[in-house]
Amino acid sequence: MSSISSITWATLTKDIRLEWRSKDALNSMLFFSLLVVVIFSFSFDPNAEESREIAGGLIWVAFLFAAVVALNQTWARELRNQVLDAYRVSPAPATALFVAKALGNFILVSVLEALMAPLFMIFYNLRVLGPAWQLIPVAILGTWALVVNGTFFAAMSLRTRSREIMLPLLLFPISIPAVQSMVEATRIILSGDGAARFWIVLLLTYDVVFTTACLALFETVLQAE
Amino acid sequence: MKRSFPIFAVITAILLAYAFYEAIWVAPMERTMGDVQRIFYYHVPSAWTAFLLFFVNLVASVIYLVRRNPRADAVALVSAEVGVVFCTIVLVTGPIWARPVWGIWWTWDIRLTTTLVLWLIYVSYLVLRRFSDSSQTPKLAAVLAIFGALDVPLVYFSIWFFRTQHPQPVIGGGGSIDQRMLHVLLINWLAFSCLALAICWARYRLELLQREVEEVESLESLRGVPQ
Amino acid sequence: MNSTGFLYAAYIATWLIHGLYLASIVRRYSRLRQRMKELGKGE
Repeated sequence: MSSISSITWATLTKDIRLEWRSKDALNSMLFFSLLVVVIFSFSFDPNAEESREIAGGLIWVAFLFAAVVALNQTWARELRNQVLDAYRVSPAPATALFVAKALGNFILVSVLEALMAPLFMIFYNLRVLGPAWQLIPVAILGTWALVVNGTFFAAMSLRTRSREIMLPLLLFPISIPAVQSMVEATRIILSGDGAARFWIVLLLTYDVVFTTACLALFETVLQAE
Repeated sequence: MKRSFPIFAVITAILLAYAFYEAIWVAPMERTMGDVQRIFYYHVPSAWTAFLLFFVNLVASVIYLVRRNPRADAVALVSAEVGVVFCTIVLVTGPIWARPVWGIWWTWDIRLTTTLVLWLIYVSYLVLRRFSDSSQTPKLAAVLAIFGALDVPLVYFSIWFFRTQHPQPVIGGGGSIDQRMLHVLLINWLAFSCLALAICWARYRLELLQREVEEVESLESLRGVPQ
Repeated sequence: MNSTGFLYAAYIATWLIHGLYLASIVRRYSRLRQRMKELGKGE
C-alpha cells in the first residue's frame, strides 16, 4: 500500500518540478485563461442584469476550456520519452500513475481557476449573496470531476487520430451532469436564491462514481496503448 | 440462419405496415392535439428501442472486457450504431411534434434532454471507434461504454432536479393513456423492435464480412502479394 | 389542417433515416463482396 502512495508522490513531485522549471506550458495556459475571461466579457455584457445571472455558467465554461488546454498536455511528456512503455512493464500499479497525473492536473487547473475567478468577480462586479463558503466545495468537487475524467480520456485518446479534439469530444458529453451541477450551484450561491445542497451532493456522487471507475479501468486503458 | 432472415424481413415489413395502419386510421383522435399526436406512435417506440439497444451495447461491452470475445465487440458496435439511428429519429420526430402543438421546436424537458445526452455519448463512442487506429480499439470502446452507462442515471437526476426548479412544457404529456392508444403504441413498438433486430442482423453480417476482408488483406500484405 | 403536414414530415423523416442507413449497409456489403472476390482471385 505504501508503495502506491510513494510512487504517486514521486511522480507528482517530478511533474510539478518539471512544470515549474520550464514554466512554458503554465504561462501560456495562464495567458489563455485571461484571454477567455476578456472575450467572455466582450461577448456577454457585464453591465447587463442577465449577464450577472448567468455569470455562474460563464465562469464554469471558461474553466472548462482552460481545463481542456491543460489536460491535452497531460501525457505529452510521457509519450515523448517512452515513459508509458516503462510503466507498462514495471510492477508499479497503474493506479499510482493515474492518481499522480490527476492530482497534477487538479493542481494546475486550480491555479488557473484561482487566476480567472477574481478577474470574473472584478469584470462582472459579482457579489456573493448566498453562503460564500459553499463555493469552496463546489470548486473542489467540480474541478475534480473535470480533471479525473479528463486525465482518463486523455489517456484513451493517445492512440487516436486528432488526439487534441478527441479529448473534449469524449469529455463533454459525459461531463454534462457535472457541469450542470457546478453551474447551478454557483448560480444559486451567487444569487442567494435557494439551496445548493442537492447540486453539491450530486457533484460528490459524480466524483465518487467516476473516480472509482477511472481507478478500476485505468489499468485496462494503459495496457491498451 | 441465413434462410430464415428473408422470412423475418417479410414478417417485419407486414408488422410495420399493420402498425402504420393502426396508427393512422384505427387509433382514436386525440382531443387537444388532433392528427399530429399520431407522431407519438413513432416517437415513443423509437425511444424505447434506442434505449434497449444501448443496454445491449453495455452488456456486450462488459462481456467483451471480461471474455475478450470478438463477437461481443461486434455486437457492441452494431447495437451502438443502430441505437444512434433510432435515437436520431427520436430527436427529429420530437421537435416536429412539438412545433405545431406547443409552438416551440425544442424544450429542455427531461425525456428529450436525456435522449439528447445519450445521443451525444454514443456518437462520441462511434467517433472513438472510427478515429482509434489501434488493435485495442474494442477495449477502449468498451470502457467508454461503461462510463456512458454510469453517466446515464446522473444525467437523469440532474435534469430531473433542474426541471423541478425551472418547469417547462413536457413533450408527450404526463398522465394516463387511453387503452386503445396504448394498444396501438405497443403494436408499433413490436414492429419497430423487429425492424431493429433486422437492421442489427444486416449490420452484424456486414461487420463480420468487413473483419474477414481485413484479415485476408493483412495476411496478403504479410506475404507480400501485390494488390 | 396544417398540422397534418407535420405528421407526414415526421413519418417520412423516420423512413428516410432508416432507408438511408439500410442503403449504406447494402452498398458497403456489395463493395466488400467485390473486394473479397478480388482477393480470392489474387491468391
